[in-house]
Amino acid sequence: MPRVELTAHLRRFFPDLDVVDVTGGTVAQVIGELDLVHPGLAAYIVDDRGALRQHVNVFVGKKMVSDRGALSDPVQDGETVYVFQALSGG
Amino acid sequence: MASSGARGDRLVLGTRKGLFVLERSRGKWKQVRLAHAGVPVSYAMLDPRNERLWACLDHGHWGQKLQRSDDMGETWEEVPAPVYPEGEVLKGGEPATLKYLWTMSAGGADEPDRLYIGTEPGGLFKSDDNGSSFELVESFWNHPSRLAGDEGEEFAGWFGGGRDNPGIHSVVVDPRDSKRLWIGISCAGVFETTDGCETWAIRNKGMTAPFLPDPPPEVGFDPHLVVPCPANPDVLWQQNHAGVYRSSDGGKLWEDVSQEGGPVYFGFGVCVDEKDPDTAWVLPADGDERRMAIDGALCVCRTEDGGKSWTRLCEGLPQESAHDLVLRHAFDLAGDRLAFGSTSGNVYASENRGEAWFPIGHHFPQVYSARFA
Repeated sequence: MPRVELTAHLRRFFPDLDVVDVTGGTVAQVIGELDLVHPGLAAYIVDDRGALRQHVNVFVGKKMVSDRGALSDPVQDGETVYVFQALSGG
Repeated sequence: MASSGARGDRLVLGTRKGLFVLERSRGKWKQVRLAHAGVPVSYAMLDPRNERLWACLDHGHWGQKLQRSDDMGETWEEVPAPVYPEGEVLKGGEPATLKYLWTMSAGGADEPDRLYIGTEPGGLFKSDDNGSSFELVESFWNHPSRLAGDEGEEFAGWFGGGRDNPGIHSVVVDPRDSKRLWIGISCAGVFETTDGCETWAIRNKGMTAPFLPDPPPEVGFDPHLVVPCPANPDVLWQQNHAGVYRSSDGGKLWEDVSQEGGPVYFGFGVCVDEKDPDTAWVLPADGDERRMAIDGALCVCRTEDGGKSWTRLCEGLPQESAHDLVLRHAFDLAGDRLAFGSTSGNVYASENRGEAWFPIGHHFPQVYSARFA
């Protein structure tokens, strides 16, 4: 079963956030599952159209997702999906 | 926090690093609340109909969020931010997504649950459940002028001014008739509906724009802010990218009332007297290439004759080494009291219609909005 680790910065808005076990398939499906566990969380990660927000990075294992628009990158059993915020200034 | 007094005894700041509530007590202002610390607050206001505080958040990473508070900012509830419907596109075909929550307005007195939000990339959203949900005002989004430039017509269409995409910064509800609204967009211009958002008329006659061909197309102007006189809303004032304008017929015709020889020309905010439609205040800036205080000196200019003449008011304001800019939503009026907050984090107020100014504070983050409550 894949799992998702999210940046601690998101705990400001979702205090109960912890590692989440998911079914997987694609990154888009994983984000959808996250939103069921933490309603509203998906809108912090993706925009109105489901594309990854500009300053959010998602990795599947050690690989950054390549399809930032539709998040079609596959997520295999046993893999970890990481949700980070990109670094930015000021 | 003290209970609510008269409007004007509280000032709500939306800043680059959070929402501040300032309160006036025994003639002194003090900060009574910092909420959303560290988060850019693009606009904040108190809905006077129900004392509900609203914060439009511009998270650098997590997108645009909307929060409301019924206890003056002690506790907050996040509500879903407006979403552009699937299939809606910008000029050029890019999918439309929410970029920025630029302004909020309460509906009329007879519409207690109505709220409006003006956004980038140009969508007007309305709520009829007090902000629990918002929907795109399709009639306005589908106005033929918006995408006109895509079709090779003699229109500029709507385009970004200061921001990447067109944005709605002014939503004016006629206090006499809730079905009548004026919308200000940078860049497109001013639009009016008189039938509750079903149809829209372009209200740009009389405006000029040095960044458009001459003669200019029907849309493409850059009103920075549109403000009515509450006692006579047929009189509208506008601080534009290209001057200060006044209309006495609900926007059908705009008259350039900029000051010959300056400094009243470029700026962002404008305040209008609550009773006298001939009295207004602006904060001239060195524009548009520089966008800072003129010659390092802050000043407010007031007219009491409909823009025929202007008086420079600077008592109490720094007259050297001041480089502040005051953004469009960061200048407000309540009775004889005025206040503004600057991009340099300075907040000033006047108790006597701008005759003299005093500082409320000097070390706030960059101020995006300053609204009396």
